[in-house]
Amino acid sequence: MHPDEYGVTRATFLTRGPGMASGTAPGVGGPTRARLDARTLRTDTWWLYPLTTFVVFASFVVYATWRAFAGADYYAAPYLSPFYSPCLGDCVKGSSDFGQPFGGWPLSAALIVLVFPLGFRMTCYYYRKAYYRSFWLSPPACAVAEPHRSYSGETRLPLILNNVHRWFWYAAVVVALILTYDTVISFREAGGGHVGLGSLIFVANIVLIWLYTLSCHSCRHVVGGRLRHFSKHPARYRAWTFVSKLNHHHARYAWLSLFSVAIADLYVFLLASGAITETRFL
Amino acid sequence: MSYDLKMRVWRGDADGGDLGDYTVPVETGEVVLDAIHRLQATQVGDLAVRWNCKAGKCGSCSAEVNGRPRLMCMTRLSDFDETETITVTPMRTFPVIRDLVTDVSYNYEKAKQLPAFEPGPPDADGKRRMAQVDIERGQEFRKCIECFLCQDTCHVIRDHEDNKEKFAGPRFFLRYAELDMHPLDTHDRRVLVQGMAGIGLCNITKCCTEVCPEGIHITDNAIIPMKERVVDRKYDPLVWLGNKIGIRNKDNDGRTEV
Repeated sequence: MHPDEYGVTRATFLTRGPGMASGTAPGVGGPTRARLDARTLRTDTWWLYPLTTFVVFASFVVYATWRAFAGADYYAAPYLSPFYSPCLGDCVKGSSDFGQPFGGWPLSAALIVLVFPLGFRMTCYYYRKAYYRSFWLSPPACAVAEPHRSYSGETRLPLILNNVHRWFWYAAVVVALILTYDTVISFREAGGGHVGLGSLIFVANIVLIWLYTLSCHSCRHVVGGRLRHFSKHPARYRAWTFVSKLNHHHARYAWLSLFSVAIADLYVFLLASGAITETRFL
Repeated sequence: MSYDLKMRVWRGDADGGDLGDYTVPVETGEVVLDAIHRLQATQVGDLAVRWNCKAGKCGSCSAEVNGRPRLMCMTRLSDFDETETITVTPMRTFPVIRDLVTDVSYNYEKAKQLPAFEPGPPDADGKRRMAQVDIERGQEFRKCIECFLCQDTCHVIRDHEDNKEKFAGPRFFLRYAELDMHPLDTHDRRVLVQGMAGIGLCNITKCCTEVCPEGIHITDNAIIPMKERVVDRKYDPLVWLGNKIGIRNKDNDGRTEV
């Protein structure tokens, strides 16, 4: 019997839900394998991680899409939303510290720059794990059969494009530098400086953005991982050792920076739309 | 303190089989393999099970306990509630031979395809030397006990039998990485790891790392670095340009592509 004859569709997989669904999947239901009807025998809450990831990421995508296309309420001096930074389109007065080379851009200015941080996260090794598991169920969890009949991984378009992660990392470093600049000037105020809740949110955000950017697997490779002789490159070995320590927490930084960038944007939105006023500490 | 453990154990062969229900007296502090041995000794004398060291070092007693790929000798009964029924099945990625024993020869076939370590000429005194820091890098990979649990849990072959032909699996990406990072090796296996070993099929969902009983960071320290090395070789125009003008990739001198 051909393994595909044991196949199930994505729809039946999802409608039967997690756990001891009846019927066998391709692969574990194949003719040479131990004959078992269950797609998985796991008894723990394996579905919690993909479900949580799906809900949080989907919520972020909905929020970010709304804010990116809105084209409004992204600047409340001195704060520029990280979604719109650098503001290179036809932006509101005071928000374009790097000029407006795309002044004729008819859509929201966020769409000019968001492709870089978005591309960085979409091709990130951690996010790939997360969305393959939670959005594509490939696999939904370890030793839980996936619903797809065939699988080509990252060998074909479009997923082979994940190999350009390093390029997005280069761009992400530039974006992080610009957000660092935004954070510094967030303490600016006409006639002196100030410390507001927004400044502190921006500081927390940029720290997490840098931690996420520097803990990247491509960064780890570029600074020293690609070497075959650590002993011949002691400075790069030390850099690799440092990035390796950060890299151990890459997933955590991926989540935290996702939250922080959304919170920074939300704070600017609330200020710019007049929903709240700045909380000042100094 | 002893108690009666409820077990479900898969029994059968390539022609079919099913889970059988058993009750086995066990002692506090025992492991799943102890319970299997007692079951074999007292109730089902013909139960087929592969084991050897009982210390988590030989990689023989790989199976799936409550659906999770585990070494039976390293799975403590105290990790489960005493009233819980423990289900033990053979690894579900490999062809079953009988009961808990599977045919893992797929892995040996993949091992044969991997070009072995090929050192360059020795130093003038006939010795070869490596700095300690370079030796340490590969030590993590040498911890592999070849239990093949990473291969068992990898969905690329677990869920898609047809991929076995073109995919070597995490255990062998570990070996590719070890050799590619070895300062004395003279083979460049990057084309091979992408082509014959099919590293592009891996979508880095990290199940291999989750199940490794030796705690090897297979994905972060072996597979992703190998993917990045493939990017070096094939997808990075900066590296290509650097090679052309002679400022990049000097570290790869002396290697020949295989």
